[in-house]
Amino acid sequence: MTARFFGYIGRKGFRFKESSEGFFKEISGLYYLTRETFRCAFVEPLRGKPVKLGPVWIQMEEIGVKSTLIVFLVSFLIGVILAFQTAYQLAQMGALEYVGALVGVAVTRELGPLMTALVMAGRVGASFTAEMGAMKVADEILALEVMALNPVKFLIAPRFLAIIVMLPCLTVMADAMGLLGGFLVGVTTLGIDPTPYIDNSLDQMKLKDVITGLIKSGVFAVIIVMVGSYMAFIIEGGSEKVGQNTRTAVVVSMILIIVADLMFTTLFYFVT
Amino acid sequence: MIRIVNLTKTFGEGDQRIAVLDNLNAHFERGRITAIMGGSGSGKSTVLRHLIGAYKPDSGEIYIDGEEITRMDTEEMDQVRKKFGILFQSGALFNSMTVEDNVALPMREHTQLNESTVRIMVKMKLEMVGLRGCEDLKPAQLSGGMLKRIALARAIALDPKIVFYDEPSAGLDPISIGVVDKLMLDLSRKMGITSVVVTHELSSALRISDKIIMLFKGRIIASGTPEEIRHSDDPRVVQFINGLPDGPIPFSKSQTDYGEELKEMTFN
Repeated sequence: MTARFFGYIGRKGFRFKESSEGFFKEISGLYYLTRETFRCAFVEPLRGKPVKLGPVWIQMEEIGVKSTLIVFLVSFLIGVILAFQTAYQLAQMGALEYVGALVGVAVTRELGPLMTALVMAGRVGASFTAEMGAMKVADEILALEVMALNPVKFLIAPRFLAIIVMLPCLTVMADAMGLLGGFLVGVTTLGIDPTPYIDNSLDQMKLKDVITGLIKSGVFAVIIVMVGSYMAFIIEGGSEKVGQNTRTAVVVSMILIIVADLMFTTLFYFVT
Repeated sequence: MIRIVNLTKTFGEGDQRIAVLDNLNAHFERGRITAIMGGSGSGKSTVLRHLIGAYKPDSGEIYIDGEEITRMDTEEMDQVRKKFGILFQSGALFNSMTVEDNVALPMREHTQLNESTVRIMVKMKLEMVGLRGCEDLKPAQLSGGMLKRIALARAIALDPKIVFYDEPSAGLDPISIGVVDKLMLDLSRKMGITSVVVTHELSSALRISDKIIMLFKGRIIASGTPEEIRHSDDPRVVQFINGLPDGPIPFSKSQTDYGEELKEMTFN
């Protein structure tokens, strides 16, 4: 009985060791890929091997321009929802005109960057993994290597540069749409005067709020592109793996985005 | 041109260890077509992946044009890679690019040629494979045989000294096989390109190659001109040439004894 029990514990322990080894292998793989991407995107151009701008433009359109509508819609609705939710509480305290301030701070500091990143993790992160994963399965990435072209420089670097520029841009627009949503509900349904709404908002919101939001969205951009690319590059075998890894990429990047958000929020809470 | 010395490679760990290549020695002559033949799982694709630097061997050396490549780092290897082209089994064309961009890619990345020169060169390469006029098509719009020919045009884009062919005739109809064979012969005879062909298409290998190397379980079991292979009396070669399902190369791929495995099965 005891032997069986210890055997069970031993097996569990062994399995835990195996899975934790796998975990650290993935982390170090992700680290090396990220380092190589930074090298290709920032260091190599200084040595006279610039990243070609054509693919970067294409990716910018793909990542940024084509995502504006969905980002606008989501952030506008978030602004509307926030206004309604806070109004319900604030009205009980007779502080209805502070809705604007609350919506403004919540959207610029937190919900704008976070919702944009989550939407993009689903929309863009998934397409990165699926597209490059299909290339990996079809030997196209091996073909690049054999043609003496670095796949990291050729495939990941343009996507990396594009998203690192476009995600903060989208975040600014999402902030604006969120504020607009809150404002429209505030002045129409809730019946707050536009002037105190705007005055209160501007009193409470600092430039710092927007900037910390943008710093976060830059970090989220790195997470989305690196997790998406890594999950594509480790695919071995058939197309079934492409589906699995696309799913994993979205799940992992969403979790990492939330974790990074927590870390940065804590940091900004104490530092600024 | 290419020399393989004592190449050994195993996959898997512990009990699962399988020697895929076992002390392989081979020599590929300049300007000749050498075919590597063998059944599925004989290790012929693994040899090719070693030659292009995609795998590192457990031991042994590979010399390409006098340079030892197995201990090279990525940058040195990239210099060697510019000397050869490869035709993948699937073609491995980039699906997001047009035919012209696909063929032009190595030139745009590795040479300083201006755009008009590149486009003229692309046209020349496409004319060589007989597909001038497809510049603006996407790979998905091409048939299997055309894909292979475009992929070949891309492989020879930088006028390589060596071209590797991975199953060039797999999945093609007899006429397309004939076309690809003719292209390989032309490249070798007229331009002096050294060709290494991994194939199990017996008739085309016998037709075009100057030398055939036959692999079985990671070892060379026969090597010589097509005539010598055809008249070989090695039972394994005879079985391969005649396509017999059972013989010295067994029908069953199982590693363990059938009766033992049945006895050891447990059911909960």
